[in-house]
Amino acid sequence: MSIGVVTESSPGETRVAATPETVGKLIGLGYTVSVESGAGEKSSFTDQSYVDAGATIGATADVWQSNIVFKVNAPSTSEIALLADGATLISLISPALNPDLVTALSQRPITVLAMDAVPRISRAQSMDVLSSMANIAGYRAIVEAANVFGRFFTGQITAAGKVPPAKVLVAGVGVAGLAAIGTANSMGAIVRATDPRAEVADQVASLGGQYIPVDVETEQSTDGYAKATSEAYDRRAAEIYSEQAADVDIIITTALIPGRAAPVLITAADVASMKSGSVIVDMAASNGGNVVGSVAGQAVVTPNGVTIIGYTDLAGRLPTQASQLYGTNLVNLMKLLTPGKDGQVVLDFEDVVQRTITVVKDGETMWPPPPVQVSAAPAAAAAPVAAPVAKAPMPAATKLAILAGGILAFFLVNAFAPEPLPEHFTVLMLAIVIGYYVIGKVHHALHTPLMSVTNAISGIIVVGAMLQIGIDGDADNAGVIRALAFVAILLASINVFGGFAVTRRMLSMFSK
Amino acid sequence: MDSQSIATAAYIVASLLFILSLAGLSKHESASQGVLFGISGMTIALVATFVLVADLADGTAVVLLVVAVAIGASIGLWRARVVEMTGMPELIALLHSFVGLAAVLVGWNGYLEHKPFALDSLENIHNAEVFVGVFIGAVTFTGSIVAYLKLSARIKSNPLMLPGKNFINIGALALFVALTIWFVASPSLALLIAVTIVALALGWHLVASIGGGDMPVVVSMLNSYSGWAAAASGFLLDNNALIVTGALVGSSGAYLSYIMCQAMNRSFISVIAGGFGIEAGPAEDKDYGEHREITAADTAELLKEASSVIITPGYGMAVAQAQYPVADLVRKLRDRGIDVKFGIHPVAGRLPGHMNVLLAEAKVPYDIVLEMDEINDDFANTSVVLVIGANDTVNPAAMDDPTSPIAGMPVLRVWEAHDVIIFKRSMATGYAGVQNPLFFKENSQMLFGDAKDRVEDILRAL
Repeated sequence: MSIGVVTESSPGETRVAATPETVGKLIGLGYTVSVESGAGEKSSFTDQSYVDAGATIGATADVWQSNIVFKVNAPSTSEIALLADGATLISLISPALNPDLVTALSQRPITVLAMDAVPRISRAQSMDVLSSMANIAGYRAIVEAANVFGRFFTGQITAAGKVPPAKVLVAGVGVAGLAAIGTANSMGAIVRATDPRAEVADQVASLGGQYIPVDVETEQSTDGYAKATSEAYDRRAAEIYSEQAADVDIIITTALIPGRAAPVLITAADVASMKSGSVIVDMAASNGGNVVGSVAGQAVVTPNGVTIIGYTDLAGRLPTQASQLYGTNLVNLMKLLTPGKDGQVVLDFEDVVQRTITVVKDGETMWPPPPVQVSAAPAAAAAPVAAPVAKAPMPAATKLAILAGGILAFFLVNAFAPEPLPEHFTVLMLAIVIGYYVIGKVHHALHTPLMSVTNAISGIIVVGAMLQIGIDGDADNAGVIRALAFVAILLASINVFGGFAVTRRMLSMFSK
Repeated sequence: MDSQSIATAAYIVASLLFILSLAGLSKHESASQGVLFGISGMTIALVATFVLVADLADGTAVVLLVVAVAIGASIGLWRARVVEMTGMPELIALLHSFVGLAAVLVGWNGYLEHKPFALDSLENIHNAEVFVGVFIGAVTFTGSIVAYLKLSARIKSNPLMLPGKNFINIGALALFVALTIWFVASPSLALLIAVTIVALALGWHLVASIGGGDMPVVVSMLNSYSGWAAAASGFLLDNNALIVTGALVGSSGAYLSYIMCQAMNRSFISVIAGGFGIEAGPAEDKDYGEHREITAADTAELLKEASSVIITPGYGMAVAQAQYPVADLVRKLRDRGIDVKFGIHPVAGRLPGHMNVLLAEAKVPYDIVLEMDEINDDFANTSVVLVIGANDTVNPAAMDDPTSPIAGMPVLRVWEAHDVIIFKRSMATGYAGVQNPLFFKENSQMLFGDAKDRVEDILRAL
């Protein structure tokens, strides 16, 4: 089958759905690839580089007639008309937000797969466009903020005076939020983060940020995305945002709830309380914004000198990287759809990933798909498995009693036993203590050599057998005794010689 | 000065040398010196005994003695020369059984050659000593044989689960005490045979009811037992050299087992008593999600990009004999300036320190081989972790899931690294029989196949 990579028509779009590298992989899956002339220009991929990777360069109409069309943004009405009957379109669709588009697409006998509908399950991570784009956007949000911010991020003490570090607040710790935290932290800023999901605290800490919990009852996410929050939570969160806004220099908001308008986190009063020169990047601006006063696609400066950046194309501002990651997501999807690696697409609706992303199948609307549970965690307090009965630790008194009893018994045995028993016990006792302390600090790597040496040494029992073999030949049972002693000497000698030899062999291998 | 006093003096010197030997073995720098001390000690003890025997006994005895030592020595040296380093656990277990059997034979001889003492109490003590020596020796003997068979995979390593197994163990001990009292009262060969059989059965049952995953502890425990067997023979023969040496081996082996038990979060007492840690876990019907696979070529790419790599080997590396290709891989990665370290779990492999011996064999410098406590905090800053044939020692369930059979066992926190590649033959569970949630974590990927082949594939791709 043929794959067509078309030029994006949306104004300001810089990405392309395939790069020379991903084209090579698609060809490896058995497809032929044609790329619309100039499709990769804004992402710094020349037509020639696609040709070098094995693709052909085609005119707009020809490329749109391919069996499978790769695109970044959802198609316009005129573009839908360009598709061949029976074709498969793969792009971002946002079916939940664009019911009209879904209707328009289902008018044609085509199949449409929405890359932004990939469920958040582990297996589908490799094709999760929202994650890969959010990663880039989070990074870029910090870069944009730094661009406007009039100071260093990192604190310094220089000959020209002391520079305090910038304080960054990241609201919403999804992929974008985490990327922003990591980037800001690596630039030296003090980073704080908020999120309704308390389980992200560790993730924040792992990237060098400080998690600010909202101390009301917390909720756990079942589908991997944030949900709308309770009233009590919202009240407390609003207080936290007000406190933080007055303190921090930069705020990055990333709060998006799928299929709904973005929640307002930073009020006009919060913005007014910020220091002049502060920066807010509202990454949810395209969905209504988390910040009062943000304008989608623009940077505005408030009367008190706070810059609110509402760019909606943050990922697209790193076009080469964004195209590469998006293209790789597509390749991973095609790997899933091409089980035979023979260039034939097989849609398997038993597979939850394939079912979920399918918006239209041969002209029939498949949206919305059945819900997917990604995390087994909140199986509503999985009936606590009968807690294993913890063995009660032995009470100290019992331990002491046992010890005292042992010592008393030892004393009595030695008090009543005739010589040479007490002498033997003295020797035994001292040897035990010495043995314990002598190997107390043994290096873990030497456990095996130590064991084989002690094993060789315990072959000392050969001495006993040697003494027994020397019995007077005329004594009772002398023959039996000698035979048994012979076997014992033989066995113990194997130990002595084998044990030492193998230890030497081992030790000669250890080298620094 | 007669041959008897020469021998006594020689035994004291030998005991001192053995202590120095063990002390030397606890550090790399002094280890080979420690072995030399041990060999000198043993030589002194053997020569002194030989002189004593040659002085007192007839020619036949001396000839028999020399022949037995010669045969034993040649077998021992031959085995030591040809044994594979991966086969070390089996060899050591087998050697323990020899000490055990020798102790049984010495005990029997102690009974057979016995000339009655003047004092009744001494007579009783002697008889009790015979019994104790035979008992410990026989337990060590069959225990080690079972351990050997399990380690060399000649029998299944699953724990044997007889009903009322604790009762069997305690019953055998009680029987031993009863038989000892009886024997002291009226010594007879039949009782000696009976106690030998009881002890043989007990040794078999003790180790048979221990699962393969706990083998490192078992081997070191048997090491301890073999020491006690020698010490008991020393009591019997009135020989301080045997007592000192046996006690040294016994207590150091017990301490080593104790260290291992701590590493596995097991109770020391229940290990010594056998059949530990086999409470059945909750039904395993949990859905862990799906694992992802990776190819050797992709792994090579990942390694090229990495700035730091930690390798955590397990028994699987020993089975696949993968230590040489792994060492090559380490060399190549280090040449590229990548920081490579090894993280060794205290109970990785089937013998304490098993992994260290294998890596040393393949000439991995020992200063990059770190133990769990030294390396556990480094995982978070590591790009790639290669888990080669390890399973239970990297199982996050030990920390997260209080119902897991391995709950509370300290593990290598590999999942904190950026990427984790797990070399494994299949999705089967490890020795503890527990599923490993690590395989289903988002940053882990499985590389299936024989560890040696896969590592060689990666080497080619590099």
